[in-house]
Amino acid sequence: MDAVLSGLATGFSVALDPFNLMLVLVGCFVGTLIGALPGLGPINGVAILLPIAYGLGFQPEAALILLAGIYYGAEYGGRISSILLNVPGDAGAVMTTLDGNPLARAGQAGRALSLSAVASFVGGTFAVILMSLFAPALAGFAVTFGPADYVALMVFAFASLASLVGKSTVKTLLGATIGLMLATIGIDANTGVPRYTFGIPDILAGIDFLIVVVGLFGMAELLTLVEQQARGTLKSLPVDRSFVTMADLAKSKWTIARSSVIGFFIGILPGTGASVASAVAYGTEKRISDTEGTFGKGDVRGLAAPEAANNAAAGGSMVPMLTLGIPGSGTTAILLGALLMFNIQPGPTMFTQRPEVAWGLVASMYIGNVALLVINLPLVGLFARMLTIPQHYLTPLIAVLAFIGIYTIVGNPHDLFMITMLGVFGWFLRKLDFSLAPIILGFVLGGLFEDNLRRALSISGGDWSILVSNWKSILLYVLALFVVVLPIWLARRARGNAMQDAESH
Amino acid sequence: MTITRLSTAFLCALTLGAPAYAQSAIDNPECVAPANPGGGFDLTCRVAQTGLQPHVSEPVQVTFMPGGIGAVAFNQFNTNRTDDGSAIVAFSTGSLLNIILGKYGAFDETDVRWLATAGADFGAVVVRADSEFETLSDVMDALSTNPGDVVVGAGGSVGSQDWMKGALLMREAGGTPMQMRYVAFDGGGDAIASLLGGSIEVYTGDVGEMVPYLDSGDMRILATLSPERLDAPFDEIPTAKELGYDVEWTIMRGFYTGKDVSDADYQKWVDAFDAAYATDAFATVQAERGLLPLNMSGDELTSSINTTMDELRTIATEAGLIQ
Repeated sequence: MDAVLSGLATGFSVALDPFNLMLVLVGCFVGTLIGALPGLGPINGVAILLPIAYGLGFQPEAALILLAGIYYGAEYGGRISSILLNVPGDAGAVMTTLDGNPLARAGQAGRALSLSAVASFVGGTFAVILMSLFAPALAGFAVTFGPADYVALMVFAFASLASLVGKSTVKTLLGATIGLMLATIGIDANTGVPRYTFGIPDILAGIDFLIVVVGLFGMAELLTLVEQQARGTLKSLPVDRSFVTMADLAKSKWTIARSSVIGFFIGILPGTGASVASAVAYGTEKRISDTEGTFGKGDVRGLAAPEAANNAAAGGSMVPMLTLGIPGSGTTAILLGALLMFNIQPGPTMFTQRPEVAWGLVASMYIGNVALLVINLPLVGLFARMLTIPQHYLTPLIAVLAFIGIYTIVGNPHDLFMITMLGVFGWFLRKLDFSLAPIILGFVLGGLFEDNLRRALSISGGDWSILVSNWKSILLYVLALFVVVLPIWLARRARGNAMQDAESH
Repeated sequence: MTITRLSTAFLCALTLGAPAYAQSAIDNPECVAPANPGGGFDLTCRVAQTGLQPHVSEPVQVTFMPGGIGAVAFNQFNTNRTDDGSAIVAFSTGSLLNIILGKYGAFDETDVRWLATAGADFGAVVVRADSEFETLSDVMDALSTNPGDVVVGAGGSVGSQDWMKGALLMREAGGTPMQMRYVAFDGGGDAIASLLGGSIEVYTGDVGEMVPYLDSGDMRILATLSPERLDAPFDEIPTAKELGYDVEWTIMRGFYTGKDVSDADYQKWVDAFDAAYATDAFATVQAERGLLPLNMSGDELTSSINTTMDELRTIATEAGLIQ
């Protein structure tokens, strides 16, 4: 504990240096904007600014603080376009659309934005505190999580997400299957054989998650808007000045707490990040607290859950990066590359050899989270006003931004065709009354499920008992059973009570 | 990308004070990393960017062309940019293997001009600190008596260069690559996590990525797959060859240009690299990027690559990857 305190003291002395403090603020602000733009997420933000930080000849700790500020700034910003436009700002903000956008449509954009800022703050801060206290032990735990345990985690995720089943079970299952099929495209990670690439080199490495999100969600949403406009059925929204209330916070406090824990632990696992964390948190919350069936229609808890979780996951994924040199997410992989570029070897010896960098980064995360809350709350009104921009300006603007966003990062025109095609496909699916969330989840979870199942079986030499060979897997299967059975049991009991009440009267 | 231009402009400004050498005049020199930022190809291009700085008239810009593990860039430079004399593209031994396996389409090693190397990395056989395998011989004995008992893992799929290292060990132990219990991970990081977590027993990684773990004592390198013993901090680690196993795996990192680039343009780049190779500064740049010296350019590199391709084809055929 003394080591942690003295480390934090070193860290804060670095992070509170006026120049570094300014970098934290600049990073958070720029990150929020980058996250808010559809198509641009934390990965792209960090990747684009990395050469600048390097080129300006910053000290390593200063550069890392700037980049990390952009990272969690973007996790905050991702929610803005999810809520306002129903277009996920980045991959971790897909679930935020489910309850965030209905709130905005009901004229409560300000309330949704401010509540999600608070949830993000709690999730992010929770992660930083746990990280600074227990990083080495947590990292030790994270690496013992083997392929078989990931399989169990995916089963748990699927179980909690079974709650997402929409109006038609068949369409939900079909949607998940489409997601699984998209996930199989590209070189198979196990055998190296190309699958469903039809000789097109651009999809040899598979379809990027961001392209699926921007295409299926973003472009399809824009097409729907254009269609509504052409039909003249588009409703314009009044300026809203709503803000989060104490009642909202009281209602969602346990949701935020649970989702922060879920997000953090999924975040520290190398291989799963904010998108899985927010999905699992949303699914679990819906299972546990959605007794009135209001999730998906603008429930504050359905908004708070994914936002607390994706920010907690962003903090969590720093744990294996800083302590073991193993990236916990795509973005931390780039941060890791940044460290190498500054000639710092990330890994077990970083906290002792370069304490100013390691602890400076941790301290800047405390400051960054506070800064983000301070930056975000006053801006809520400004962002909410975006909805009053006439649709015939807003729609093309978002489309152009999404195209630029996708093109800047990957620089491959093929991806622009992909998002267009996926957009048209998504629009058709919406016409046919499909929910798009199961497709995205099939895509993310299916890929992870397949890779890890095959890894587990290659480890055991084909013996299926490896899947239940340790307590972590078994615990997750029990939890999976729990999230499926609990709501049924709760509903039975509620009905039982109601009947008793009726009898006693 | 304006941002990269901006940053290279800053880099340029920072180094204006550097002494003037005989420089190669290349207009808007560009190094294409055929991947996303942050990976091995990015680092390869950074070697060109910093290492060539005193030797070219304008700073080298790094741009990214991800897609299909380098296939998009390889195809681009075989269709649209075959005569672009200002651009070089990063490659590694993994790219050569992909050419052989047909993953880069109809084009092969004669469709580009091999230019120069950035440096080399070597294979390493790594186990966890408390592993029952004390030496490479323990691993090899286990592989030859009961190959199904040893769980080998690395960051690439079957047929990747990470898998090749395991396949070569297996062959040396008297088995076939298909008998190996191999677990494919998504990149070296995940594989290292699995080694530390005990899911896999032997990790066939690279020497360069092991630097941060040398002092921590979490893992042990049983042998390097280099032709000779490496310099410090790896001077204590034996090579597989010294231990009596004829297994060697060199990962070459370097650059190629399009096929129709003029001899004059090509020579400018070769001169710039040759000038850089002669300096200590370049060796420092290599070391900072976790690369070991392996300096070849022009014809020397081309003939070396032709030899490597023959060897790789033989191995890939033996392993059953190609007919």
